[in-house]
Amino acid sequence: MAYVSIADRDHEVEHHDPDTFISKYVWSQDHKVIAIQYGVLAILIGLVGMLLSSMFRLQLGFPDTFAFINPENYYQFVTLHGMIMVIYLLTALFLGGFGNYLIPLQLGARDMVFPFMNMLSVWVYALSVLILVASFFVPGGATGAGWTLYPPQAISPGTPGVDWGIVLMLLSLAVFIVAFTMGGLNYVTTVLQARCKGMTLMRMPLSIWGIFMATILGLLAFPALLVSAIMMLFDKLLGTSFFMPAMIQAGEATSTVGGSPVLFQHLFWFFGHPEVYIVALPAFGLVSDLLSTHARKNIFGYRMMVWAIIAIGGLSFIVWAHHMYVSGMNPYFGFFFATTTLIIAVPTALKVYNWVLTLWQGNIHLRVPMLFAIGFIFTFTHGGLTGLFLGNVTIDLPLSDTYFVVAHFHMVMGVSPVLVVFGAIYHWYPKMTGRMYNETLGKWHFWLTFLGTYSLYLPMHYIGFLGVPRRYFAMGNTDFMPDSAVTLNSSMTVSALIIAATQTIFIYNMISSLKNGEKSGGNPWKATSLEWQTPDTPPKHGNWGHSLPEVHRWAYDYSVPGQAEDFVPQNVPESEVPVGREHGH
Amino acid sequence: MYITLIFLGLIMATIITWLLRQTFNTQPWVTEAADDAVSGTSLDTNTKAVALTVFLAVATSVFALFISAYTIRMEAPDWRPIAEPTLLWANTVILVLASVAYHWTRNAAVKGIESRVRPGLTVSGALTVLFLLGQLVAWRQLNAAGYYLDLNPANAFFYLLTAVHGLHMLGGLWVWARSTMKVWTGADSDSVRLSIELCTVYWHFLLLVWIVLFGMLLST
Repeated sequence: MAYVSIADRDHEVEHHDPDTFISKYVWSQDHKVIAIQYGVLAILIGLVGMLLSSMFRLQLGFPDTFAFINPENYYQFVTLHGMIMVIYLLTALFLGGFGNYLIPLQLGARDMVFPFMNMLSVWVYALSVLILVASFFVPGGATGAGWTLYPPQAISPGTPGVDWGIVLMLLSLAVFIVAFTMGGLNYVTTVLQARCKGMTLMRMPLSIWGIFMATILGLLAFPALLVSAIMMLFDKLLGTSFFMPAMIQAGEATSTVGGSPVLFQHLFWFFGHPEVYIVALPAFGLVSDLLSTHARKNIFGYRMMVWAIIAIGGLSFIVWAHHMYVSGMNPYFGFFFATTTLIIAVPTALKVYNWVLTLWQGNIHLRVPMLFAIGFIFTFTHGGLTGLFLGNVTIDLPLSDTYFVVAHFHMVMGVSPVLVVFGAIYHWYPKMTGRMYNETLGKWHFWLTFLGTYSLYLPMHYIGFLGVPRRYFAMGNTDFMPDSAVTLNSSMTVSALIIAATQTIFIYNMISSLKNGEKSGGNPWKATSLEWQTPDTPPKHGNWGHSLPEVHRWAYDYSVPGQAEDFVPQNVPESEVPVGREHGH
Repeated sequence: MYITLIFLGLIMATIITWLLRQTFNTQPWVTEAADDAVSGTSLDTNTKAVALTVFLAVATSVFALFISAYTIRMEAPDWRPIAEPTLLWANTVILVLASVAYHWTRNAAVKGIESRVRPGLTVSGALTVLFLLGQLVAWRQLNAAGYYLDLNPANAFFYLLTAVHGLHMLGGLWVWARSTMKVWTGADSDSVRLSIELCTVYWHFLLLVWIVLFGMLLST
């Protein structure tokens, strides 16, 4: 039996290699297995979220055609779609999935510093998913309060799932936050304390920077969701009025008085806005590495990219109320939050420029991960620009309740991070499995998804400008809605269904390539970062064989002039770099 | 939300300043021998101590948010302040003593004075349990005096804040129980030294939180 020591410098703890099926694949404490558990679970629940969206798109595109969609389950589908995609898919996949996989491998560690807590994290996450799914099957079904769960309507009679659904939803969120905190403590501590020799913070790949900062944001922001969930549970189950104002129901006054729904909004968005960056920062980091590797060029402005990540992280805590311009808060707050919102656009735009400049004169290989990465630059720029519209109070007020907002946030935090997820899965698939995916299927997947999302969301901006309100089950005979908007709605639904169907190509590709894919070798992309230099592919328990790697350079030595290869791995010392032909572009 | 902003502002400012200090004046694209020699451990302390610090930041965030919610909700006209039971003063004293006892145990463990560790741990744990029981009695007193949970947000916040604080305390007791078990089954104090040191920090933290909460409850 082999022994490996984990990278806890304080006590070199001896760890047994797992030798049974259960300890290897179920109760595994290996970060790579946990990453894949997180990833698979997140994608499975994400598929549920996607199916839900297909169902309510059917109603929106073809109203009164499908008898199985009534107003109640329409709202349940919309609510659960939003919640699943933002929290249970994207947050879990980026941090639990990629965070777990990449942090130890890219930093040259044997594992996370607390493997047992890491294992608990994934299983508590599984429990939160289970509670979420269970809410579909309880009396009254899942909650239909909208993913923001605004009180009073979230816990008032008339809203779907008001008896059980909302309770399970809040409970599931609380459990998720516990899981995230256990994972997050691991990610931050591992990045700070368990890097290999020579890996200074400024030699870390940007993936790690993005994941690291996003984890800090998550650790500090998720408590706001926890606090609001606990207080709403009190209101719902114990009859308090933290958020519940005095109301008249069916002609009679309720027992609640004086509660503040706006207080909930503050707490929710104090979590909700950093959450955008909890999803976006890892995407920024991963896409930077994808672009650099497949353009064979160092990332443009590495230091600026790091500072932008740090700046965005700090600023993301003081923009939350731009989600609340229509809540009736003090107008001076609107001025303040509009200003901070526009300021946060500066470091974000910097990153976009740097991605584009990384491509400039690069030796671009249009492989599948690169296609997704470039696609991300498009969708993110579009989503970001409409964010500048909505960040201004006067423009937000008329647009706030229209489809323009839906189109904006789907472009910026739906489509864009998902494109990075796909790009990153294709990119690291050879390392995770030792096999290549099918390139042709991957390209079909990209083009259908990329063009599909544009044909879905571009018209959505337009109908938003027309004033078509979001959230409605059916528009009825509304005068201001021209026939063209109705037709567009149908075409958008067709696009949505095509995108949904396209994902089966991805699933098929991932599963069939496990068996049929070509052997990839250890470093198919000729990449520099440490995970591509492991002695085994896929890496074995402990990652690095007998001795930990040592790092001698940053992660972006691509196409360095005067060197024989167009990449120098991070663990190659200066004296061992093969010198040879001159590189031109 | 100002209170949360101040707390989080301080935490974020610390993190950002520290990160910027690591990243200014570096040229990562230049391969420098000095960088090659750097160990991958950023903070010169135990890994578990780092994790505890991060966790304390998370807990600070939770309590700061509750306090913010309290101050915002307090301004509504239906708020009726409660008369805090005098027992809370006694509970506070007990918690201070628990913290002192833990610190005394910690000093003993660090200096390797075996004879003080067992009684020290026992007394710290007993005082903490006593504090929690005292809080339960305070709940009963309030309930008996008609300050029901659902009658007024001030009452609800009292039960909620004390419960959240108590739950954190219980979490601490779990770790305390593990090291106490070890010590009573014959392990030497060195094997639990780290655990005792970290628990001491955690106890001081929860004492500080309680003093802030108690002060807020008294003054409003």
